[in-house]
Amino acid sequence: MAVAEIIPPNRGEALGKLFLKRGFGSPVSVAISVLVFAVLGWIAWSFLDWAVFRAVWSKEDVENCGHGGACWAVIDARHRLILFGTYPFDQHWRSTLAALAIVVTVVLSCLPAMWAARRLAVLWIAGFASYYLLMEGSLLGLQQVTTDGWGGLSLTLFLFAVVVLLGMPMGLGLALMRRSQMPVVKWFAVIIIDTIRSLPLVTTLFTAAIVVPLFLPSWLDGDKIWRVIFGFALFFACYQAEVFRGGFQAIPRGQFEAGKALGLGYWNILGRIVLPQVFRHALPSTINMVVVTFKETAIVTIIGFFDILASGKTAFGTADWAPYYIEVYLCVAAIYWVFIFSLGQYGEYLKGRMALAER
Amino acid sequence: MTAAEQLRTRARYRRLGIQAVIIIVTALAVWGAVTNAQYNLTRLNMTSGFAFLDRGTGWNYSFSLVERSINDPYSFTLFIGLLNTLFVGFICIITTTIFGFLIGSMRDARHPALNFAASVYVQIFRNIPLILQAIFLYAILIHLGGPRQAVSFGDVAFLSGRGLMLPGLNITPTVAVALLLASLGVGVGLILARTTLWRGLAIWIGGSVAMALIAALVLRPGGEGILSIPVLQGLRFSGGISVPIELFALITSITLYGSAYVAEIVRGGLAQVPRGLVEAGQALGLSRVSIWSRIKVPMALRSIIPPLGNQWIFMMKATTIGIAIGFSDLFYITVNAISQSGQTLELILLLMLTFLAINYSIAIFTNWLNARLKLKEH
Repeated sequence: MAVAEIIPPNRGEALGKLFLKRGFGSPVSVAISVLVFAVLGWIAWSFLDWAVFRAVWSKEDVENCGHGGACWAVIDARHRLILFGTYPFDQHWRSTLAALAIVVTVVLSCLPAMWAARRLAVLWIAGFASYYLLMEGSLLGLQQVTTDGWGGLSLTLFLFAVVVLLGMPMGLGLALMRRSQMPVVKWFAVIIIDTIRSLPLVTTLFTAAIVVPLFLPSWLDGDKIWRVIFGFALFFACYQAEVFRGGFQAIPRGQFEAGKALGLGYWNILGRIVLPQVFRHALPSTINMVVVTFKETAIVTIIGFFDILASGKTAFGTADWAPYYIEVYLCVAAIYWVFIFSLGQYGEYLKGRMALAER
Repeated sequence: MTAAEQLRTRARYRRLGIQAVIIIVTALAVWGAVTNAQYNLTRLNMTSGFAFLDRGTGWNYSFSLVERSINDPYSFTLFIGLLNTLFVGFICIITTTIFGFLIGSMRDARHPALNFAASVYVQIFRNIPLILQAIFLYAILIHLGGPRQAVSFGDVAFLSGRGLMLPGLNITPTVAVALLLASLGVGVGLILARTTLWRGLAIWIGGSVAMALIAALVLRPGGEGILSIPVLQGLRFSGGISVPIELFALITSITLYGSAYVAEIVRGGLAQVPRGLVEAGQALGLSRVSIWSRIKVPMALRSIIPPLGNQWIFMMKATTIGIAIGFSDLFYITVNAISQSGQTLELILLLMLTFLAINYSIAIFTNWLNARLKLKEH
């Protein structure tokens, strides 16, 4: 048989046939298809009509707002407030660069080329340092802006990055402690992990912000934002510790024993044999945890931080813009959605990739 | 002593040393924290202890299932907060589970339109923070305007900026609580009696509805009907069940968000049912619905229950975002009590212990349910 005669099946055509067969194969299927697509189409059309065709886009046309279309003029006029909060207006370029530094850090750590503990650590510390130097400013000789002045999307990204950066090693530490043969060490970790995991995040953050200062001498109090970040990181660490525990359980005992038989010490077995495999196994769940953490940063608005949710609220907080709260909330929701959806899709992609590798 | 024994002894001493250091450091930290707290409290002129629980609060809050006044003691007010949290939590657990199963089954379905609609739903609601959804929904609802501009659903239910008015049975709140508990009891009894899944559900729902109808028939005030339907009278509604806007927004947003997660859990569980079982059902000539209800769901439940239990615990914890929209759940009441009484440590301790108790109860329940559903080894 000549090679040319083997025609690969046309994937698109096959899918199309399957779609027709399953969606329009019987009268009932046809009815369901028509109904569902009609409802979805109607929703999509009404939304587009409101959000695009009848919308007012520029703040110069604001007097045209309120005639049945979206008033995106509010975003045009107030986007700086939403993105940067109360950060000094002429310094917004710093906030932009700082936010970009975090985004670049996250994107770079998604590349398989960066998946080595040392590279990731360097990358994240560099990303965090550039954020902090730019935002705080005094070390670079720029105008100093204290953490109270940080806000908007930049603050959300900052909280996210610091929590992951601090929480990851803490989580690994807790996971190792939980596996320890020493009862005191083990139970110490178990109590911390189980307690924090059964408390709502708001309670943990509230405790860190309001209650902890009662227990600390005044010289140890620190900034409220750092106490909350520490509480948040502890929350992340406790969940991440369980993710790592799952990774440890996937490693056969023989691996440890082989290491011991070669005369390696505890830290060598851990660092050179076990942990690289644990990280691999824990990767999909870790991404999941990172996504959840990004979503949960919105909680800090309850504790009184000026994250993107709070700055959005302020954006329509004046009498002029008050009627256009829907536009502002949609914009904030879209920003969250883009970040969370992309991270989530990346996690799905990794899961699929690893499932293939394991086959 | 051989070299190996020496090494072993040294390792043992080192382990003992590490543990001793941890105990000592923890003890020091606790001691330091306690002395600091005492110092700070005396400086702020505070007396610690739980005596404040008997004092009247003097402040009001948005929602309560039972009669309350601003003179209630702290203990009773906190108890109402707990009731509210449990109430919202249980309602959300039930609605979320039902919606989640529906949408998860749609995602598992072979029909492309159903599949697509369910995917859109999951991708929208799972990828936006819950608190943003709650605040957004609350803002929309609060802008709906007064009862006169209420959106009417067939003239029996009305949604306005003041709340959702629903037709309800003509019973007092006390009877309603009793009915709720009785229904819960029947549910647990059915699980204990090991009825099959669908029969148990049918008996449970049918029994609860029957009990409610009988109670309404027997206990209604003389001359009135079984149902109480809201009617617009002047500037407000009378009759029916009034669901405050905060409660409605909280339950709806948690349900939308949570069911997207439950849908993914259910889809994962359904996908794990071996193809052979489904094909065996097809070979026996079972309909799609029968295959779903008698083969796929019962089999999938075994892998669904553990993550579903975690999701239930999450939902209980998620009620704490009620504070962002002014719903008086336990956290809201606790925060208010802290700012009014200043008894921070005691109140936070109570809050934590309560959540630990709630979560452990759910965990024990799901573990038990899981053990109960486990396939018997032959």
